[in-house]
This record gives sequence, C-alpha cells and structure tokens, in this order.
Amino acid sequence: MNDASRTPPRTLILPPKGLPRLELLELWRSRELLLFLVVRDIMVKYKQAFLGIAWAVLQPLVMMAVFTLFFGILLKVDSTRMPYPLFAFAGLLPWTYFSSALATSSTSLVANRLLITKVFFPRMMLPASSVLAALVDLALSMVVLLALMLYFGVMPSPRLILLLPFIALAMTCALGCSLWLSAINVKYRDVQYAIPALIQIWFFLSPVFYSSQAVPEAFRPVYGLNPMVAVIEGFRWAITDQPFPEPLMMTGSILICLVVLVTGSFYFKRAEREIADMV
Amino acid sequence: MEPGVAILARNLGKRYRIGTLRQAYGTFRDLFSQTVGRWTLRRAKDHQSEQIWALHNVDLEVHAGEVLGIIGRNGAGKSTLLKVLSRITPPTEGSVEILGRVGSLLEVGAGFHPELTGRENVFFNGSILGMSRREIKRKFDEIVTFSGVEKFIDTPVKRYSSGMYVRLAFAVAAHMDPDILLVDEVLAVGDAAFRSKCIGKMQQVTRQGRTVLLVSHNMAAIEGLCRRCILLEEGEIVADGATDAVLERYIANDRPSRAGAETDLSDHPRRRPGSEAVLRKMTLSSEGADGSVVRMGRPLTIAVEFERATEIPNMRFGLAIETSMGVRVVALSPTLHAPTLLQAAARKGTLRCDVPYLRLVPGMYYITVILGTGDKDIDVIDQATSFSVETADVFGTGYAPEPSHGVFFEQAQWGILPAGDETD
Repeated sequence: MNDASRTPPRTLILPPKGLPRLELLELWRSRELLLFLVVRDIMVKYKQAFLGIAWAVLQPLVMMAVFTLFFGILLKVDSTRMPYPLFAFAGLLPWTYFSSALATSSTSLVANRLLITKVFFPRMMLPASSVLAALVDLALSMVVLLALMLYFGVMPSPRLILLLPFIALAMTCALGCSLWLSAINVKYRDVQYAIPALIQIWFFLSPVFYSSQAVPEAFRPVYGLNPMVAVIEGFRWAITDQPFPEPLMMTGSILICLVVLVTGSFYFKRAEREIADMV
Repeated sequence: MEPGVAILARNLGKRYRIGTLRQAYGTFRDLFSQTVGRWTLRRAKDHQSEQIWALHNVDLEVHAGEVLGIIGRNGAGKSTLLKVLSRITPPTEGSVEILGRVGSLLEVGAGFHPELTGRENVFFNGSILGMSRREIKRKFDEIVTFSGVEKFIDTPVKRYSSGMYVRLAFAVAAHMDPDILLVDEVLAVGDAAFRSKCIGKMQQVTRQGRTVLLVSHNMAAIEGLCRRCILLEEGEIVADGATDAVLERYIANDRPSRAGAETDLSDHPRRRPGSEAVLRKMTLSSEGADGSVVRMGRPLTIAVEFERATEIPNMRFGLAIETSMGVRVVALSPTLHAPTLLQAAARKGTLRCDVPYLRLVPGMYYITVILGTGDKDIDVIDQATSFSVETADVFGTGYAPEPSHGVFFEQAQWGILPAGDETD
C-alpha cells in the first residue's frame, strides 16, 4: 500500500507480570488519537446547548457574583488587598477547571466501555483527553479574567507568563487524580457516586473563596498537602504583585501533585490489564 | 518465528473469574463481604470453582496471507481469542508473536458518537481503528461512496437510520489497511445487498494478500472466504484444517445427542446471560410417528412444553428453522399465524405448531426456540433440536428436488408460447 516498504512491526503478547511499565513511547505514538478524543469531547459537550460555549464563562462569573455577595460583602473575607470579585474569580478559574476535569475524566473509562471492550488503544488516552478538553473552558475564562483585571485597575505584569506553569500544575493535579479515580471506578462504581461529595469537601479545603493566609500558620504545611493549594495560590500570585505564598506550603503542595501523577500512572497501568474484562 | 508466519500463539490461555463475567463490577460492600467470606473454607472452595478458562492450550500458527476461519458454538472462546490477539485483553498464560500491523473489527461503529456528523465520525472512528489523519483524508471519498450516505455526511449520525449508520461504520473499517485483519461476526449487518457488498470487500481484502482471521456463524461466508478453519470447543482448538473437513466435523459433532423425536430442554446450554430456563421439552412428530426424520411434503408437528414459577403475561413464542449452515429458513410464531392464541397469561403448558406441508429440500435442519414476554426474551435456545428431511416424489414426476437446488421447493405451473406470439 502507501508504505509497503516499511518493515512490519513485531508484537509480543505475554501475560502481564510484576510492576507495570508506563510505555510512554506507545502514548506518544497515539498522540493523534488523543487529539481526536479531545476534539470529540469538546464538540460533544457544547452541541445542542443554546448558549454553547458561553457556559464556560457564565458558570464562574455567576459563582463570582454569589461569592462576592456572601463572602466579600456580608462575611468580609480577607482577600489580601485584592478586590474581592477578582480574588474570587482568580480562585474559581483553576478550581472550576480542576473540578470539571475531574468529574468527566474519572468516569471516562466507564462512559467509553463500548470502545474499550472492542478496540485496542492506550486506555490512558481517555482520562487524559477529558483533562485536556476542559482546558478550552479555562482558556475562555482567562479572557474574562484579563478583562476583570483591567476593570479593577490591576495591571498585568510580566509575571503573568508564570500562569503557564501553574496551569500545567493544575493539569498535573487533575490528571493524577483522575488516573486513580477512573481506574478505581472501573472496579468499584462507588467512585462515581462519591465524586460530587469529594469535590464539595475538597472545595472547602482549597483557598477558593478565602486566602491560605486565613489558615493558622502552624497548620499551613499540613494544609499544603492539598495539591490544589499550590495551584490556586500560584494563580493568584501570578496575576498580582503580591509576595510569593509560604514556600514550605507551596513546595509540599507541588510535590504532592507530582506524587499523585506518578503513582496514578502506575496504578492505572496496572489496572489497565483488567479494564476490558471489568468495565 | 519462522519466515512467512504472521501469528504464532503458543499454549495461549485466558482465565476469567466467573464473577467478572457475570457481574461486571462490584461495590466496596461486595469487596468487604468477599474478604470476610474468604476466611471460611467453604467460600474459598467456591472461589476456586468460579474460574473458567475461556481459552486453553491454544497453539496456532497463521501464515502471512492466509485467511483463517474460526468457528465454534457461542462461548467456545472465538471472541476471546480475537480480543487477546488484538491486545484488548491480556492472556493469562502462553505467548503470541505477531508480525505486522493489526487491525481489528470486533464491532461495527465502535466509537461512533451520535451527536457528531457522519464526516466527524469517519475521522474519529478511523483514528480509533489506527488510521492516521492523512490516511483517512486520502480515503475519505472512497469511504463515503462505499457507504452510500453521501447526502447525509454532514448530518449527526443520531438522525441516521440504523442501516445507514451500520453502512458508514463498516465502510470506515473496510478501508483500514492492516497487515492482519481480525474480524468478528460483522458480516451479519445491514440489508442483503449491503451484506453481499461487505463479503465482496472481504474477498478483495483476502486477495490482496492480507492475513485475515474471521469469526462467523455464517457458515456460507466462512466456506466462501476461508481455505483453512479452526474449530473451538470450550476454549480449546479441537479441529484445524481444510474448511470443508472442519465444517463437516462441526456440523456432525455439534449436537448428535439432541437429534430424536423428544428433546429435554431443561438443562440445555442457554446462549443469553439471564435466560430463565422456562422451556422444558420439545417433541417432533409427523403424522403421529417420530418426527426426527420427515419426508418432504409431509406434515411436521412441533410441540414445546414450558413451565415457569410465575405467570407469563403478554407471552410471545417463536420457532425458527435453520439450515446446518446457520441460515434461517422460516420463522413460525403464533404472532404470525394466530395472534389471539396467547392472550391469556399462563404459567405452564404445551404449545403445538402444525406445519401441514413441509417444503424443505433434503438435509439437516435445526430449530431455535424463543419464549418471551412483551419485548423481552425470557428463554432462548439456539438450535435446540435437529431433524432431517428425506427425499420424496413431491411433484409426482419421479424427479425430486435436491439440496443443491436451494433450501425449499415450490410447486409451479409451466407453459411455453410459440415464438411468433411475442411480436404483437
């Protein structure tokens, strides 16, 4: 055919034993499939929705308004010298991204069971594509964030470019968690019932509507065990000229993100052996 | 691996815990109760017996360019074999070496999304099946033309008829160019015209020197496409050789014990999971005599006994007569012949079907029985019993129809007109 001269690939299939290998090369070869999965997820999400992609922006905006009313005006939560609406929005962006990515990707294996039982491809593509597809919403909200910053007279500094590593950190965190949860969900469907509650609790444990400075100093290293702390505080830090949040808390939080991703990948690869038989 | 070999499987085995098959997923509570249960000896024993080998001791060598048919009853391990070869599920023991790009077609339209248009789905499905974007772009027009849904290619597939859907899906799959193609029972889709187009496409693929492994219940397709065949029984290869010989063995071997006028259906293997064993006994008779051998043109009476613990409301019942090649010849059902018969709910009874004049040509035939309620099947037994039809002088001419003449015979009047009469 088109490339008849190529040497045919040789595949050896053996029963899986011992520690799983990550097979990163195989993932890299499937990057085009990943792109297709992401595009499909995005297209499917907003087809037949009247307001379409506007939902991506509306949801955090409405939440911002509600937070401003209750936490900013009525409860007077300390927003570390930032205008409260901006403070809340900057926290809501990474949080909304994380929670929606987690909600879709942790059920991604079960939702695609027909695909999994009938076609071979690296299963990791499924949670990964959900995590990537959620970025579209985040990108749109970023535009709104910029507009809000200008409106409140917060001039973007060159530091803004450092948002990128924190977005990457948010993706790391979302992917790590969803690799764990999606694989467990194949075996125990309890996960999909537990996730809304989990997200709710996690929300209160993360500095979305309050600042991590409200946490007593002695507890901050422990507080930093929540990987979303570094993501959210990093976001806020990058758009303002405030000093960097407590380094110990931030480092711990970033490390946890990486640990979750690495352990999640191995757990997922191990579970992958059984996925087609269990899902 | 020797040169020229495309697939080499050695001592291949796949074990399932029945629990994983029957109950697809557990909950934490199950996990807990199982863990507790394992502490007692009795449970531990149960646990052992809950394992089955879906594939066992499979040694298989397929040469490049060979077209191999895989046959066997439902649950014999055919699909599991393809799933292991296509890496969907890993084997429990043994090894497989594969030389070449593998494309598997285990289900038509896997990965089609109803909200997306035909065009979008072609790209997406192609990519899932392992084609590159460039490759799909190049073949796009060909795929769409083959499917015959040009006009609707930009319509979401949820608005497609099931026929259109299947045609587009098959078209994508048919245009994969793998070195090794694994196909599971997908030739049974669509209408007759499209089916023959699919088989044509398969023939074309096999002529191109591709290695093909084909699972099908359509014995005619297997016979037409494959020179070599393997027969699986309970996960093991019991016959491997020329297609004719293996098919013959399959048919002969299939259910010798089931022939006879009376068949006990109670402990018959049920194909569908969740089938309730409601069907009890089936009796064949012809003019009061044993009905396991019937002559052409004679009556055939099929009586089926059923019994269930609770009443069956809105009962449906059907019999299907099939050839030994698996081709369904005729369906018999009260729904067709006597719609009012099953109005009253019943718990047990015997249904009797009288066919006054059997129009089948000589050969072996099977009867499949289906009992259901409303739209739901309660009990289905595929090829529950068999009977043979013997030749008879049904036309009174001394010339009788033969198996090669088709499946059934028909009475007909003939005339001949003088040549000149056509012109006016």
